[in-house]
Amino acid sequence: MPWTRKHLIGIEELNRDEIETILGTAATIRHFLDRGAKKLGALRGKTVVNLFLEPSTRTRLAFETAAKRLGADVVSFDAAHSSTTKGETLRDTAQNIQALGVDMMVVRHAAAGAPLYLSQRLNIPVVNAGDGAHEHPSQALLDAYTIRERLTTLAGRKVCILGDILFSRVARSNIWLLTKLGAKVTVVGPSTLVPHWFVGLGVEVSHNLKAALADADVVMLLRIQHERQDSSHFPSLGEYTSMFGLNKTRASWLSPDAIIMHPGPINRGVEIDSDLADSDRSVILEQVTNGIAVRMAILYLCAGGDPEKVAQHVE
Amino acid sequence: MSKILWISNARVIDPANKRDAEGDVFAVDGKIVAKLTAEQKKKAQKIDAKGLVAAPGFVDIHVHFREPGQTHKETIETGCRAAAAGGFTSVVCMPNTTPPVDHAGTVQFIQDAIERSAIVHVYPTGCITVGMKGQALAPIGSLARAGCVAITDDGMCVQNNELMRRAVEYAKMFGIPVMDHCQDSAMTQGAVMNEGFMSTKLGLKGWPNAAEDVIVSRNVILSTYTGHQIHLQHLSSKYSVELVGRAKARGVAITAEATPHHIALTDAAIAGYDTHFKMNPPLRTDEDRRSIIEGLRDGTIDCLATDHAPHTNFEKDKEFDYAPFGILGLETAFAVCHQTLVRESKFTLRRLVELMTVKPAQVLKLPAGTLSPDAAADIVLFDPNEEWTYNATEGFSKSSNSPWHGRKLRGKVKTTIVAGKVVYQDGRIVA
Repeated sequence: MPWTRKHLIGIEELNRDEIETILGTAATIRHFLDRGAKKLGALRGKTVVNLFLEPSTRTRLAFETAAKRLGADVVSFDAAHSSTTKGETLRDTAQNIQALGVDMMVVRHAAAGAPLYLSQRLNIPVVNAGDGAHEHPSQALLDAYTIRERLTTLAGRKVCILGDILFSRVARSNIWLLTKLGAKVTVVGPSTLVPHWFVGLGVEVSHNLKAALADADVVMLLRIQHERQDSSHFPSLGEYTSMFGLNKTRASWLSPDAIIMHPGPINRGVEIDSDLADSDRSVILEQVTNGIAVRMAILYLCAGGDPEKVAQHVE
Repeated sequence: MSKILWISNARVIDPANKRDAEGDVFAVDGKIVAKLTAEQKKKAQKIDAKGLVAAPGFVDIHVHFREPGQTHKETIETGCRAAAAGGFTSVVCMPNTTPPVDHAGTVQFIQDAIERSAIVHVYPTGCITVGMKGQALAPIGSLARAGCVAITDDGMCVQNNELMRRAVEYAKMFGIPVMDHCQDSAMTQGAVMNEGFMSTKLGLKGWPNAAEDVIVSRNVILSTYTGHQIHLQHLSSKYSVELVGRAKARGVAITAEATPHHIALTDAAIAGYDTHFKMNPPLRTDEDRRSIIEGLRDGTIDCLATDHAPHTNFEKDKEFDYAPFGILGLETAFAVCHQTLVRESKFTLRRLVELMTVKPAQVLKLPAGTLSPDAAADIVLFDPNEEWTYNATEGFSKSSNSPWHGRKLRGKVKTTIVAGKVVYQDGRIVA
């Protein structure tokens, strides 16, 4: 299982083997965690900084937990109380943090391309925890992990990504990953939020919910952001729910074993019916749990860990 | 004693006079003359231009020299040096300075700086509206009287159609055109690159062609209605070229320019989020790029203009979303256009020279762009084949924000002459 990368910026640049390496390493880590291992001390003595310049709860907590389970010390950066509010540039902020002697940086930023920018200017590994509408690689990896856990394989599976595709980094990372692993992906939602350009990424574009959900093995919902109605992308949340919200009737169009996914945070009653979110078909909380092992694998590999030697670090 | 210049053995390209032949160019006291007497020849400063092309000095009707108020990026002095190094002898400055040029006093400030430090001819423009805010007309008559050769709210396209109509109607009285940066601002809120496959892939906010096309249409309509010239700055969209072509066929007083970067580059260049490819209007698709080239070939687009837009390294060294729009243009324009238009698109060299000299001069009625007797002796000597590597950090502009930094280019300006005086020669400013 090969892994030579120092940074994880996006799924786009990963090949199949690299994706399998991350997922395989995550499975190994999960195996030890499930057998009661408290920690894998691979990053003991190292410091991981969470540079989160955009609000985030689950991703930040997940990376923090993942780093701690690898034995690392974790420093978290709070944008609201930082020098960025005094006009410091990203480059200066990041170089100052690097100068503190940290070993790795996990970056969440509202601007697409910011993690790539930092990886070109820092000496330490940079892991993208979401950049604008560009990529959210750890989310796509944990989604793929979750689908495989439930449905064994991705090859030939019909996956429907539903919602605000245009502004979604989760959609983009998933499109790259799912198509690389052989799934058939349809993106569906209002025409203003699902532009035809996505066809160029190797997916089908649809505005017909019934056709898109028919026999799908996976439906991946995305949060609808309130601010999009102000920018005239759709008339109202109510209209969105009536046209594209996932309810019980619409869920019945899916394949019988289909699973419902959501990267969170969910808007109950908007993009998803509240009961459906809590139903057996929903894997929303499994996604969160799997996110720990997947992010441990990412940190482990980017720090130079050998995918064949995970067992040596079990404590 | 009069000052006499004799350029010999050049390939002289002077599109204004349909000239493209081996020969000499003569100047006396800063003006072109048809020939020298035997006596004058003895006293002349001789330049042997064997192997070089002699042409009218290039004319750029779209530059940002940042003075007053943004002189950390560029000044009239440094901008002129960059112009001279690029073979440009006449340039037209945009008014989006700090403060903007919406007052005759500011024009006078600029004229004083030109007097003090310009080594090429520099022409100011004034704003259409006060503060470029798009709300009230600037004192266009006073600006024209103070020397502005056009008015424009460059970069801050007037959105109010009534105000634009009145501006064009009013400017007509003074015989100065309205230059417009065609951009519907509501359609481009927060946008940083062309809307299309690349913006979708990169997750950057896209900027549709349509935002340019609707304003180009608006301007065609207003030019028709007022009977006055509107000049469309830096066209980037295929459909805009079509609109201009149809308007011109009907005799509408529309003129248009295109930049070297819009004919040489596409939005595919933004794949690495390099802010040196961030400009306004944005780089578009290859289809758009080819349409712009065809527009230049058939005359739908009147001329080339660089939109030379200096920004410091620390301003450009940012997240793509947050970096300012714009790149340098003056020092690389000839080589880039020569590569794109002559080498790749099979324009004649004479056509390229025309698009960089007499054509832009005609758009703004500038006394430039020709080697006719009595014209100012503004001359460029260039080697169309010389290969060189452009190092933006060692260039003459105060800034170095160029996508061509470190690139090997072909076609090099060797000597630039302004009013009969050599101002640039072999890599050095000699004024």
